[in-house]
Amino acid sequence: MYGLVPATLAAGSFRSLPALLTFATVPMAQLRLLDIAVIAIYFCMVIWIGFYLKGRSNTSEEFFMAGREMTAWIAGLSFVSANLGSLELMGWAGSAYQYGILATHWYWIGAIPAMLFLGLVMMPFYYVSKTHSVPGYLNLRYGEHARVLAAFSFALEMILMSGVNMFAMAVVMKVVLGWSITFSILVSAFAVTLYVALGGLRSAIFNEVLQFVLIWGGALLVPILGMIQAGGVGGLKTKIIANMHSDSYFHLWRDTGHFADNPMGVHWTGIVFGLGFAISFGYWTTDFLVVQRVLAARNLRAARMAPIIGSFFKMAVPFIVILPGLLGLVLLQNPDGSRRQLVGEDVVAACASASGGSALSDPGACSSAMAKTTLPPAYQQKVLSGAPDAELHSYNQALPLMMVRYLGPGLLGLGITALIAGFMSGMAGNISAFSTVWTYDLYKPLINKKGTDSHYVMVGRLSIVFGVAISIGAGYLVQHAHGIMDYVQALFSIFIAPLLATILLGMFWKRATRIAGFLGLLLGIVFSVSMFVWVHLNPANLRYVALSDAAKPMAENVFRALWACLFTALVIFLVSMVTKPRPASELEGLVYGVTPLPTEDPVPFYKNEYTWAILVVIIFVALNIIFW
Amino acid sequence: MHGSGIQIWFFIGVLLVIYGFMIFGYGVFELATGSYPPLVQLTSLHTPIWWGAVLAALGVFYTVKFRPGRAK
Repeated sequence: MYGLVPATLAAGSFRSLPALLTFATVPMAQLRLLDIAVIAIYFCMVIWIGFYLKGRSNTSEEFFMAGREMTAWIAGLSFVSANLGSLELMGWAGSAYQYGILATHWYWIGAIPAMLFLGLVMMPFYYVSKTHSVPGYLNLRYGEHARVLAAFSFALEMILMSGVNMFAMAVVMKVVLGWSITFSILVSAFAVTLYVALGGLRSAIFNEVLQFVLIWGGALLVPILGMIQAGGVGGLKTKIIANMHSDSYFHLWRDTGHFADNPMGVHWTGIVFGLGFAISFGYWTTDFLVVQRVLAARNLRAARMAPIIGSFFKMAVPFIVILPGLLGLVLLQNPDGSRRQLVGEDVVAACASASGGSALSDPGACSSAMAKTTLPPAYQQKVLSGAPDAELHSYNQALPLMMVRYLGPGLLGLGITALIAGFMSGMAGNISAFSTVWTYDLYKPLINKKGTDSHYVMVGRLSIVFGVAISIGAGYLVQHAHGIMDYVQALFSIFIAPLLATILLGMFWKRATRIAGFLGLLLGIVFSVSMFVWVHLNPANLRYVALSDAAKPMAENVFRALWACLFTALVIFLVSMVTKPRPASELEGLVYGVTPLPTEDPVPFYKNEYTWAILVVIIFVALNIIFW
Repeated sequence: MHGSGIQIWFFIGVLLVIYGFMIFGYGVFELATGSYPPLVQLTSLHTPIWWGAVLAALGVFYTVKFRPGRAK
């Protein structure tokens, strides 16, 4: 889910993906038999895992919580892998192509502090309360209304996001490989449904770990070979400065003192407080899609270690995502040998050819769109004349283009498998989380409170099939109503910030009352939606949201999240001050200060979560200084 | 994973072994026949050979270490 959001934030967003369908007539790559075999073997493996795990998913605890027996390593890899979707990989490689290593903020400050906070501070409360879900925690802390509101929002978001992801991935497969949209959607949906419905959360987690290995195995070669060809770090820097006439591409913080000083149009306050707190903490500590993976850990120490282990790998992901984007800036070439310049998807779509022929459907629109880019005039003329070697590719295709450049038969199949695995894993994460929330937080409290354990497992299995069917419908809806994609992608940032404030105050302020929690969440969501609509109706209003005339759309989500979080906190504070608090005895196990935390058996320092957390902090600080 | 049954690392090992040998085998074929894909860069590094070998070696390690029935 989060994977799509950063992509949306980027100027080269996926919002024009549906329009690309009219353009992509010549696939970017041709797969050989060996590549097809690699992909087919992957599908066989995930389905084998699903069938194998079916016998171990008979009770609700097994089906929805994977028996709560995952090791820290498996929970940690699954935790970080559920976020490592293929759209995330391609979107951020494209963002790195556009903005340089500024995009790395979404992997470092936009993830690491929140992951450590979840492991060291919040996990004991989630774990001790033995909740099955985040809405379940809200029920324990604030009551039924807050739970239903959160569960309904979450379930809707999961299903729609799953559909958008499914469609977006099918478009990517069409653009890269020429596969039919329906074929990609049906095959992937069938495989995901089969293995999640059979093996439940355990199957989803197994496949996420498998996907994590495949992504590294398939994508790691691109930066390695790219760096060899670019002449190492020094060669890359020299070439980028020569091509782009700026060294901003190598600085994380230096140029964020003002919105206008960096190509993203963001300010460091937005990065630190909006991204580093409101969005990042909202996602990594309250989004059930990822929290569910940690709740499946076999004990509290494993649950605390899982996000810390995940944070090491999260810090390393820019190597296979950001670096290929930077390398693409200097290494990608047009068929005539000139440097290939990628453009936004809106430009690619504007230059779509008519009915698959070489003639442009709207040369005027194409000319206007290209005029806003840095494409050389001679190349623009070639595109307008419909020359067969005048290809336009979008920023989001930087990673697939780099794969095609370096990966031959077999290796290309592995790279494509990594993208497919990333997509399927993300979809499985959405669907398994939806199934749990639907069964535990909507069906059980609202429809049938007295079902047997096996009945709820059956409901969970059926909800997976049902959820995938709705997702497919949502995917086709997006294809035919392009604007919907924007709204669906905005759901995440609209909902997550109010939820963060609600959970943080509930977990760390015993004075927060039931009605305050519900009202805070409800009004926070309304406030967030209002800001979104306000800016959507008149983009000029962004200057009020981001507090600067120079702010760009990238700044909107981070500042909107920040204001929504603060507004929700204010509502909860004010309402709590005028309503009666719950007795402390009722809050045991839920709130800091009235919950005796379980003591953990002493372990050697190298197995202690604090040791590893300190190491993460040291590496995190060092990386930010090195790339300042 | 904890408990009895096949661990995820075994599945991963099996997959890596299969992929490793397939890619390594193709790399040897490339080297023997000298037929390289025309648009792929840096073919002189014989990437499929060493990357296939790395995948296969990792796969063999995980398959053996986490094979079903092996006492911990």
